[in-house]
Amino acid sequence: MKLSLSSSPHQRVKRDTGQVMRMVIYAMVPGMIAQSFFFGWGVLIQAFIAVLSAVVFEGIILALRNKPIERTLTDYSAVLTGLLIAISIPPTLPWWMTVTGVFFAIAVAKQVYGGLGFNIFNPAMIAYVVLLISFPAAMSLWLPPATHAEVVPTFFDALSLIFTGFTTSGYDVTQLKTVADGVTMATPLDTLKTDLTLGVTYSESLNKPIFDGGYFDAVGAGWGAVSLAYLLGGFYLVKTRIISWHIPGSIIVSVFVCALLMHLINADYYASPLFHLFNGAVMVGAFFIATDPVSASTTPKGRIVFGAAIGFWIVIIRTFGAYPDAVAFAVIIMNMAVPLIDYYTRPRVYGKKAKSSAGGRP
Amino acid sequence: MYPSFDSIIENLNAGKTYTFPGGVHPDDRKSLSNKDSIISPSIPPLLVIPLRQHIGSDGVCCVEVGEHVLKGQPLSQSSSPFSVPVHAPTSGEVVAIAPHVVAHPSGLTEMCVSIKPDGKDTWCELSPLTDYVEQDKSELVARICQAGISGMGGAGFPTHIKTSTSKPVEFLVLNGIECEPYITSDDRLMREHAWQIRQGLDILTHLISPKAIIVAVEDNKPEALEALNIACQDKDEYRVVSVETKYPAGGEKQLIQVLTGREVPRNGLPADVGVMMFNVGTCYAIADAILHGKPLIDRIVTVTGEAVKAPRNFKTMLGTPVSHLLEAAQYNPKKQKAPKVIMGGPMMGFTLSDATIPVIKTTNCLLVPSKKELVDDNAERACIRCSACADACPASLLPQQMFWHAKAKEYDKAEEYDLFDCIECGACAYVCPSEIPLVHYYRQAKAEIRLQRDEKNKAEKAKQRFEARNARLEREKLEREEKHRKAKEARLAANKAKEQAALNKEQTSPAPSDAKDKVAAALARAKAKKAALQAGNADTTSEVSETSPPTDDKKAQVAAAIARAKAKKAAQASNSTEQAVDATNTDTTSDDKKAKIAAAVARAKAKKAAQASNSTEQAVDATNTDTASDDKKAKIAAAIARAKAKKAAQQSDSQTQTVETNSDAPNAEQSPSVNSGTDDKTSDNDEQDEKKARIAAAVAKAKEKKAKQAQLEQSSEQSSSPQDASDSVVDDKKARIAAAVAKAKAKKAAQAKADSERENNTE
Repeated sequence: MKLSLSSSPHQRVKRDTGQVMRMVIYAMVPGMIAQSFFFGWGVLIQAFIAVLSAVVFEGIILALRNKPIERTLTDYSAVLTGLLIAISIPPTLPWWMTVTGVFFAIAVAKQVYGGLGFNIFNPAMIAYVVLLISFPAAMSLWLPPATHAEVVPTFFDALSLIFTGFTTSGYDVTQLKTVADGVTMATPLDTLKTDLTLGVTYSESLNKPIFDGGYFDAVGAGWGAVSLAYLLGGFYLVKTRIISWHIPGSIIVSVFVCALLMHLINADYYASPLFHLFNGAVMVGAFFIATDPVSASTTPKGRIVFGAAIGFWIVIIRTFGAYPDAVAFAVIIMNMAVPLIDYYTRPRVYGKKAKSSAGGRP
Repeated sequence: MYPSFDSIIENLNAGKTYTFPGGVHPDDRKSLSNKDSIISPSIPPLLVIPLRQHIGSDGVCCVEVGEHVLKGQPLSQSSSPFSVPVHAPTSGEVVAIAPHVVAHPSGLTEMCVSIKPDGKDTWCELSPLTDYVEQDKSELVARICQAGISGMGGAGFPTHIKTSTSKPVEFLVLNGIECEPYITSDDRLMREHAWQIRQGLDILTHLISPKAIIVAVEDNKPEALEALNIACQDKDEYRVVSVETKYPAGGEKQLIQVLTGREVPRNGLPADVGVMMFNVGTCYAIADAILHGKPLIDRIVTVTGEAVKAPRNFKTMLGTPVSHLLEAAQYNPKKQKAPKVIMGGPMMGFTLSDATIPVIKTTNCLLVPSKKELVDDNAERACIRCSACADACPASLLPQQMFWHAKAKEYDKAEEYDLFDCIECGACAYVCPSEIPLVHYYRQAKAEIRLQRDEKNKAEKAKQRFEARNARLEREKLEREEKHRKAKEARLAANKAKEQAALNKEQTSPAPSDAKDKVAAALARAKAKKAALQAGNADTTSEVSETSPPTDDKKAQVAAAIARAKAKKAAQASNSTEQAVDATNTDTTSDDKKAKIAAAVARAKAKKAAQASNSTEQAVDATNTDTASDDKKAKIAAAIARAKAKKAAQQSDSQTQTVETNSDAPNAEQSPSVNSGTDDKTSDNDEQDEKKARIAAAVAKAKEKKAKQAQLEQSSEQSSSPQDASDSVVDDKKARIAAAVAKAKAKKAAQAKADSERENNTE
């Protein structure tokens, strides 16, 4: 009897890469629902555009590289990248900007390096940064949350905004930003930044209408709910062991600690920890973006260092940098440091003395 | 971390265990085969028993083909400490002792004894040792070795080596963990034979004398735990411990870490941390060996998987082919995509290449998975660096780094990441979402590294040998050169010494009698003649023949030298004031000329000696050269003349001068040995003679010139006219001068003599 041969182990856990990615997508659903509730259909339309262009771009490039298209696409990594870009950009961003961003993410930040597993930087964040630097004006046009907005764009409004720049009624985005009392409403982070330059203190800034309705004083309306929704999704991921607690845990703790320190030093200039945690993309960043396995650190200790440094950068760049939100920059900076972190945080191997292992000779 | 003995005991007493990092929780699938009791299958038609079923070397086969063996009869003897004998599992006839495919992933063959059972299953004579407590420990260890017991948990380490340890053991651990999915052989053994396991534990305790005894069982085997608890209930020191189910808790290193919190140092043994571990199956076999005298001839094997209709445990004879067991379990090949049999569990087992491969001491399971059970397609994707593997690794390694480097063939980097600490448990590849066969990569990398190390060692040795050889050749060359140099020096020194000695001898040694001289001279003459005759020269002269071939030259030389020496002695003896000079033969090159010269000199001296009765007179040989004027002759003549001149100058009170000139004379009698000696009775004449000699020399020179010009036509009896030497004109001239001088003197002497005689006669 001729018997077939294979190498041990002969069984695997029933969770391949495609399943891992799909589970991350599922975990994003609560957050996306919250986002579209507060900011309209734009989010979902952007998601559609981004995912479609991501898959198309990846398919074309795989064909050019002579790689198996279907097998690679079924790892769902392109879909996930598209979705992450979609939730990071303003929902009314012109469609061609979205497509450009996705192109950068897939073609430049991922495939040029060798495809999934070989990229150094988080592709979604590269896309976001490229768009932010290339189209700063458009990237800062965030809609006010539905609870505060004067005009809430309908589905067709959103569609038309994205593809033509105007709603069906003819409003453009800047006009949509106006609220009941005629003041354009920016995001909480943007609001605080502008106010600080105008000499307004932090606590005074909290009196602005954008902060009404959030469950903490410091948390902006709508934005806080979105962050919370993503936090829930993140818990789901940790519970199912798709990701480990090290990175999100250390990011949250680090943001909290750094913001707390600064807030204690000067409560007028520096925002409170809760402000930082729930406004902006810290929750999304902690659970969905920084945990991208390819570009993050791999050793347990390394992950803690990685997360802590990201948290630090988020607070610093937000406070002293030019841009209101800093998650993307912080993640990209730490992506660069990952090989170094990994090298110096090697775990102690069984049977070896602690001194002679981790942190060996370069 | 190295908890002390007491803290470990405290922990155990509190019902707590430590833990090891990582680990996975695969579906244990034990219910497939652990429900039914152990049965024995029928005796197979052929048993193939490999001689080596353990870590170590083969034993020496002690049966022959055609021999009838009984059940339990040894088939091989232990030939070294690391070899363990094997025994016949049933009675029958040995049909072959040949290589056969054995249970190894490579599918290579090893020496096996094939037995055809006769169906009678007759035991050989057994000698149990029930009172083992009274026996010597070494006797028990020897029995364990002779019973062929080696580790049955998977590795196969010879048990007698473990039990004869001299290191103090703190913990004796029985490993009943069986952490791999599907396998239930130890489970059923513990359930059904707990008492014998307990007996084996007694024997081991007696042998090793540990401080504490632990029986460890995973918590997914409650019935086994209960059975062992009952078996060990009378002895408090036997601790039956339940360990949390986590793969690979049954690995030796991991179990030690779980129970004691201690880590076995790399390249070390459990004995280094005070632990000794045995599988429950091994323990059972030890009890069999000591208490029943039965050698290790069978073991419990689980046959399981969804491709067999009746999965259960079988008490299988060692050497049973796998196909026989599959048949007994009702194997259904249709359930499999392609026939596949795994020996061992799904995590660490290896696929078999052939269904005739026999069951051996370390076989605990045969797994036959259906196509939907253990899906295994080549679906390797790119690594996404998710680190699930690092989280699962029980040895705290970084599998993805080892994978990157092993794949890139950067073996030194892979080693840096502690590749050799990998226990190949398969937990990393189990969890990998990209379905990368990680353990396969590590095994290949390890094999490559081992090959490289081997080659490096060989190259190192070859290099050392090469360098040693070069050094040796150098040394020999130097020694050779040294030898040559010394020989050369010695030779030169010897020559000098000889010269010196010759000089000294002439001056100081006493002379033998005339008769002896004559004899010596005659001998010399005869030898020289012989030499010349052999050369083939027609020589009418009686004296010496010349132009001898080189070999005769030598003889002639020797003879001449002897003759010379003797002549000198004689000459000096007769006249103490005489001085003989042998100025012509200072160099030792073998030469016609020299031989001839020597001969001539000898002759001359002999003559002198003969005439030496009258001390006032000396014979003078007038010499004539023939017209075949040689350079040689000239040289010789010149040399002789020179010497004589020197001598004359040195003489303070000499009454006679003898000058001998030797030449290469074809005609002996014409040899121009010119002896001119003037007898001077008065010392006044010496000085005058010197002057005369010099004048004569000048005259001779002139005459020489003339003679040279007319040489071709004349052959005269006159004194030889030295011809031009081809060597140097100066020498020629000198030679001529000297020759002329000599001639002149000779003439004078002759005339003087004649005159005096005439005067005497007339008066």
